[in-house]
Amino acid sequence: MCLGVPAKVLKIDGEWAWVDVSRVHLKINIALVEDMKPGDYVIVHAGFAIQKLSPEEGESTLELFKQIAESEQR
Amino acid sequence: MNQQEEKIKALIYCVKCLCGRLKENINFMEVCGTHTVAIHRAGIKQILCRKTRLISGPGCPVCVTPNELVDKAVWYALQPKTVVATFGDMFKVPGSDSSLAEAQVKGGRVQLVYSPLEAVSLAERHPDHKIIFLGIGFETTAPLIAYAVLSARQANLHNFMVLSGHKTVPEALEKIASNPLLNLHGLILPGHVSCIIGRKPYDFLARQYGIPGVISGFEPVEILESLCLLFKQIMEGRCQIEVQYRRAVPEEGNLQALGLMQEVFAKKDSEWRGLGVIPNSGLTMKEKYSDWDADVVFPAQIDRPRQHRGCICGSVITGLKEPEECSLFGNSCSPEHPVGPCMVSSEGTCGTHFLYQLRGDFNED
Repeated sequence: MCLGVPAKVLKIDGEWAWVDVSRVHLKINIALVEDMKPGDYVIVHAGFAIQKLSPEEGESTLELFKQIAESEQR
Repeated sequence: MNQQEEKIKALIYCVKCLCGRLKENINFMEVCGTHTVAIHRAGIKQILCRKTRLISGPGCPVCVTPNELVDKAVWYALQPKTVVATFGDMFKVPGSDSSLAEAQVKGGRVQLVYSPLEAVSLAERHPDHKIIFLGIGFETTAPLIAYAVLSARQANLHNFMVLSGHKTVPEALEKIASNPLLNLHGLILPGHVSCIIGRKPYDFLARQYGIPGVISGFEPVEILESLCLLFKQIMEGRCQIEVQYRRAVPEEGNLQALGLMQEVFAKKDSEWRGLGVIPNSGLTMKEKYSDWDADVVFPAQIDRPRQHRGCICGSVITGLKEPEECSLFGNSCSPEHPVGPCMVSSEGTCGTHFLYQLRGDFNED
């Protein structure tokens, strides 16, 4: 039920925005998320943006797990 | 091999290594129903060794909603000039005698909506009808309902009302954590609830109950990473609440959404299916907003709710029993003819087991 889908913000009009969800364009409410601009990614739940998605991916953790895997192989 | 494949391979190897190093059997609980589905769909249970058990938790709002609320919704649907607006998840959930779907067949009026604001505009378009919005969901959803109530107030709409069955996750986790029968060693915590509430509200689980947790995203690779982080904490003797889903979960959560929720709702004791009444785990509308509270303006007249005979959804939700232990599972209870809510909801443990485990068994034959 707490399903959220990532979407890219295309156009902002006050408290509303057009977003792209897997090439489907939806109009969602963005009153719950501050400082949004076109190009941002958000999580959409029940017609609302509930949080911004930050682009920084956890690459550092990948490194960490590679190290664990390598230490096992030794 | 691309980077994503490399990451998945490294993580699977890591999970297997760390699993192999365990000295004793451990129990992890994935709290959220969306995680349950992702785990089954991706076959993550098959990667884990026998020493690790993944238990599905109470994080499916539809499943933990007691019959009383469904009975009220059914009553509303059958009243003249009244429409029940609901998310699709609740449509087929059986109450004591009937589901909303069955009420609709009897002439009741039920409108499925994707956003609570659709229910507000329905009220705008039909001023001679009462629109009762069925407010089900955790902290992910409650702020949106609060926003809808404020919109209705601003538009001076008094035919829009909310039947609030909202619940909050940390209080339920306290009940689960304090149950010695479950013997939990780690929690995979819900990602989208945490988008709103942040990381901090879970700290007590590590501090008071000694159970580590990781707030996880919903991609299989993210769940694998969360499992690795949990294993690592156990190996290193640490006990913390960590965040794997960092790209969406800030430490403090979404302050804007939390503010809206606090404006409209007050905490109250709430009944959870399977867990009983949990103090301060529910959200009721503040007196200031009682004009939009269905329970105040237009209270439903229902009989004492009855339970479904033979259904063990309560024990399944709390992780004490597996769906396969229920005599109804796969016999008289299936997604086409669900007896309990765990089979109805696409994120319910019984529905998920029916879809993935049974199918898996057939494939082996």
